Amino acid sequence: MSEVRYSKKHEWIKLDGDIAVIGITQHATEMLGDIVFVELPEIGSSVVKDGNAGVVESTKAASDIYTPVSGEIIENNQSIVDDPAKVNNDPENEAWFFKLKITDKSEMDSLMNKEEYEKFSKESGS
Amino acid sequence: MENIKTALYNLHQKHGAKFVPFAGYQMPIQYSTGIIEEHKSTRENAGIFDVSHMGQLFIKGDDTLAKNLEKIFPAELNKAKLNQSKYSFLMNEEAGIYDDLIITKVEGGFNIVLNAACKNTDFKLLSKLLENKYEMILSEELSLIAIQGPKAVEILEKIINGVSDLKFMNGDTFNYLKENIYITRSGYTGEDGFEISIKNDDAEVFVQKLIDEGASLIGLGARDTLRLEAGLCLYGHDMDVNKSPVEANLKWAISKNRILEGGFIGCEKIKSQIEKGVSKIRVGIKPEGRIIAREKTSIFNEDDKNIGEITSGTFGPSVQAPVAMGYVENAFSKIDTKVFLEVRGKKYPAIISNLPFYKKSYVKGANK
Repeated sequence: MSEVRYSKKHEWIKLDGDIAVIGITQHATEMLGDIVFVELPEIGSSVVKDGNAGVVESTKAASDIYTPVSGEIIENNQSIVDDPAKVNNDPENEAWFFKLKITDKSEMDSLMNKEEYEKFSKESGS
Repeated sequence: MENIKTALYNLHQKHGAKFVPFAGYQMPIQYSTGIIEEHKSTRENAGIFDVSHMGQLFIKGDDTLAKNLEKIFPAELNKAKLNQSKYSFLMNEEAGIYDDLIITKVEGGFNIVLNAACKNTDFKLLSKLLENKYEMILSEELSLIAIQGPKAVEILEKIINGVSDLKFMNGDTFNYLKENIYITRSGYTGEDGFEISIKNDDAEVFVQKLIDEGASLIGLGARDTLRLEAGLCLYGHDMDVNKSPVEANLKWAISKNRILEGGFIGCEKIKSQIEKGVSKIRVGIKPEGRIIAREKTSIFNEDDKNIGEITSGTFGPSVQAPVAMGYVENAFSKIDTKVFLEVRGKKYPAIISNLPFYKKSYVKGANK
């Protein structure tokens, strides 16, 4: 299994073969506040790098979720739809968002490693 | 122009506040614990709200003042007892709401609490309507602190003796650090509670005492979820100059006697709306499932006809479900009417619901 990579939109992605698990980062949940609603892409749907792939809502506002790579959705995490608070509690493990079959592994190259992401999220402030 | 900081700014900061600009003020939207925890601690214990951005207006006047205020507001002010509070509206001739406010009869005049975003225009309008006959002071020296929740009375009583005797929507003067401060039993959360008007210089120490006695600071985020669960309107969202109190379903706040007597601004319009009905009215709306319908969400009937719009919506942490309010055509305003809400291009079922979404039995003797 490859190392975890991160996008500038605050998603994390873990690639195993050609299957990627995607979720949002701890930093993202801290910016969003208490999450009370999650909408996930449907199984079988195709998503495009940096395109919409779901929605999260806090008590204050709705925010789009983007996918850091293109692919076909093969699984989504119903447990966070039923209990959105899980996203605040364990965003980078149990509360993954969806799994997809990646179309082009080279899309991973532009993503950040942990160190780069930490620096990025610190600099982007808020 | 830089946003104004309240006297509690440093204390907010110490408690990990995230600030947002609100009506020209720098206000805490939440503290380090987060909106849901803050909401729950208000419902279960006691929450402290810095509402110092709101306008605290004192109008000084003799017996003629109440009569002249009755030419403006649809409340019974001439008959009001000393220290009695009334919820009322500042309106135009068409009964459009300029502001919703609380008027309290005090020694030597009336106190009026105004919305932050409206207070300066309200002041100018009221001076004009009262023809500058009375001294009017829009205080900049006073903070306004609310404490709300089931433990509010017990906590505040420890610091200020006698507050537990106050009745709901009544106020009185209390002694605190050899000063007279004015406290009303009222609030904006659906909980029992108080609003304390206190000198800016004393505000921080006072709030620290409330915290030491077990209350916690609550930001604007939880204030919004609390008031929405309680079915209370937010000015500029659930009501504005294009809506009347009748359309806002707040006709209860207009005295029947005053409608009979007439003589206040907007009276004719209110009368005709009560007689003939209104075409749109504010209702509670409960989405099915977990979908959240926010302000400006379109509402449809079962035949896919647009029948209205959401004016406030969020997730209610105590009702554990999404809650909303909005305006619908009168024909669709009956409780349990099925409607649809368009969220991100998809229509989701919802029902017209009773307000409030969250009901609490008030402390005995407090709600008379």
